[in-house]
Amino acid sequence: MSQADLTIGHSTTQTLGPAFSIPTKKFAMWLFIIADTMTFAACLVVYGFLRNGTPNWPRPFHSITNVAIMTFILLTSSLTMLIGLRSARAGDKGAAFRWTMITAALGIVFAFLHIREWLELIDHGMTLLKNPWGTGLFGASFFSITGLHLTHVTCGIIALLVVGVRYKGGRYNADDIEVLGLYWHFVDLVWMFVVPLVYLLNLAH
Amino acid sequence: MHDVAAHAAHHAPPTSFIRKHVFSLDHKVIGKQYYALALVAAFVGMFLSWFMRIHLAWNDTAIPGLQLLSKTGAPGGVMTPEYYLQLMTMHGTIMVFFVLTTAPFAAFGNYFLPIQVGAEDMPFPHFNMMSFWVTFVAFLVLMSSFILGDGPTLGGWTQYAPLNAVGSVAGPGQGLGVVLWATSIGLFCVGQLLGSLNFITTTLDLRVKGMSLMRLPLTAWAWFITSCMGLTAFAVLMPACILVILDHVAGTSFFVASNLVINDQVQPHSGGSTLLWQHLFWFFGHPEVYIAIVPGLGIVSHILITNMRKPMLSHRTLIYSMGALAVLSYMVYGHHMFVSGMNPFSSLAFSFPTLVITIPSTIVVLVQVFSLYGSKLRINSASLFSLGFISMFVAGGVSGFFLAQPSIDIMLHATYFVVGHFHMVMGVAAMFGIFAGTYFWFPKMTGRMMNETLGKAHFWLSFVGAYCIFMPFHYLGLAGNVRRYSSFVDDFLQPLIPVHRFITVAALLTGAAQLIFLYNLIHSRFWGKLAPNDNPWEATSLEWSTATPPPFDNFGGKHPVVYHDPYQYGVQSSVGDYVMQTSPEQVKTESDEQ
Repeated sequence: MSQADLTIGHSTTQTLGPAFSIPTKKFAMWLFIIADTMTFAACLVVYGFLRNGTPNWPRPFHSITNVAIMTFILLTSSLTMLIGLRSARAGDKGAAFRWTMITAALGIVFAFLHIREWLELIDHGMTLLKNPWGTGLFGASFFSITGLHLTHVTCGIIALLVVGVRYKGGRYNADDIEVLGLYWHFVDLVWMFVVPLVYLLNLAH
Repeated sequence: MHDVAAHAAHHAPPTSFIRKHVFSLDHKVIGKQYYALALVAAFVGMFLSWFMRIHLAWNDTAIPGLQLLSKTGAPGGVMTPEYYLQLMTMHGTIMVFFVLTTAPFAAFGNYFLPIQVGAEDMPFPHFNMMSFWVTFVAFLVLMSSFILGDGPTLGGWTQYAPLNAVGSVAGPGQGLGVVLWATSIGLFCVGQLLGSLNFITTTLDLRVKGMSLMRLPLTAWAWFITSCMGLTAFAVLMPACILVILDHVAGTSFFVASNLVINDQVQPHSGGSTLLWQHLFWFFGHPEVYIAIVPGLGIVSHILITNMRKPMLSHRTLIYSMGALAVLSYMVYGHHMFVSGMNPFSSLAFSFPTLVITIPSTIVVLVQVFSLYGSKLRINSASLFSLGFISMFVAGGVSGFFLAQPSIDIMLHATYFVVGHFHMVMGVAAMFGIFAGTYFWFPKMTGRMMNETLGKAHFWLSFVGAYCIFMPFHYLGLAGNVRRYSSFVDDFLQPLIPVHRFITVAALLTGAAQLIFLYNLIHSRFWGKLAPNDNPWEATSLEWSTATPPPFDNFGGKHPVVYHDPYQYGVQSSVGDYVMQTSPEQVKTESDEQ
């Protein structure tokens, strides 16, 4: 697909074509990622600002097993996404669809583990307002940041399913898979900031 | 290539009324919708300022009908101090977001950016439509706070913490009012993010053949630079608004310090930071100031060049200066926080780039003024308002030098000096940019000319009026007149009341002069003189090379090719002293002759 697909067909021969040699949809995804980076950065700055300014900041995590498994799964899903894209580029529609669905499945496992972790924390008495270990701000910022991330993962899963099915049906092509892949990798990358800042820094000594 | 058919299908000219005029995908219709929204918002904001000014000058005087707006806020038509602050908040919010951002950026940008680059539409028309309707809903949500609960929030357009987070204990409107405010502004952010996404991709990806980046008109550059700011700034305000809503609805305390006592009651919130909100808000807020003014810089340069009949002294310098404004605007936000109690070293660190940012601003103005020198400027409403823009931008900008320095700002920050400063440099200046753009592009948008006599009357009344209103603000500030007071009962403020009365009279008259504009706009739209041709100003850029008003696909199925730099004036061509960007004619320029 080229620029032509995004504007009205008959006009496109006359345009200079996309800047940076990438299609407009992909460029728009990069712009979205820039904006979303600002949003996540704002949330992480809020967290850091509050954490540094609060004396009784809790460190409730005793084990990194769960978060390590979650990280492993999300990183693996980035890999399967890449394999899916490579298959799509090679024209292997069946494999591309399969790997996209596997990526979605890994996303679902991640979300499941994440929600299970949330429920455990809630079980221990942690809410947006208070927790048994220290300032209530911990719960507020933890649920906000991981909640924002989980929202992104959920949207990503839905998008993977929709794009995957429509790709199989012929409505979308390899470029759409690539654009979606950009988003998925971005969600993965954000997680790589969330893990050290929100989990590892709050490990119990 | 299956997508082509799909896109072409939903992109054919719509036939139903709803698709044509309401939920339109056409960037021109969306631009006009934005303009209409800004027009309504501007008059609402202006009426609010009238109420405030009358109350400030004649404290006990009842304003007839005000009690209908709020029985508790204005019993018998005399507003309470709280209601004064509520009106002030709404005035600021409406003007900054729904007028100064929507009109010069979203309205004119939507209408003319795709045409100026030669595109048939923006790349994502559905996002574009959503952008407007989300903004429209945001406006309705904000307006609804007038009638819901105990009225709109009273925290000012900056919504400082902890006032914005503790709930109704902080005063009327601080409960539901704040939630509505934050919802509205959060939605507004979404709308502008979608718009910015479209603007950037349009500018970079949809240029026609021959339209290199340096051949883009200054307006297109200004909108492009503004959208880059919008993409990053609104993405920060949005989560900030969500956190405020969480503080209200869920009971978190991101922005409330522990053990805060209000009305002898310890607040249940604990642990957050009040300063944090200011950091988040101003990281957005300062770029926002430039989002309001940079499109004006572009529009005014574009109009002046057309009327001077020669290009600016340096096209590139203007572009680079606007770009520098955008980059620096992120580094200076702390100058709004000199009195916030942040580390004094931070004040110093923010003061330096603030002084640096005056350099590109000054360069822009100097290039404009020196280009004007010796030119035979065609005097019309558009060029007059452009000159007025420069005048206001300079007059308001000069006081910025004072405020950039923490030692002086600490004295002046909470006074009318700051109010005068920002009203002139970003309020009135940006307004004049909107007016200039309206007079200039009206013939292209409607096919009719606006009345020049009324336009000139509108200019002189607004120009003199704006100075009469806002210059005395500086004097009041230096005399120690505090901001945000609804009445001046202290001994040292009593002698200043006559100045306030003068300002109020000036504000009423200047506001009334805007009705001339409204009349001119509506009358000319339906009964104005028909535009003599497609290019009444003998301009060069692409929007003047197409039919009037432009057809659905902007160029009627044709594909313009660009042969020239945007501002080829003062040349000898077959049509006169200019050559259009789309004209293949080879011309002899003045520089060739030398």
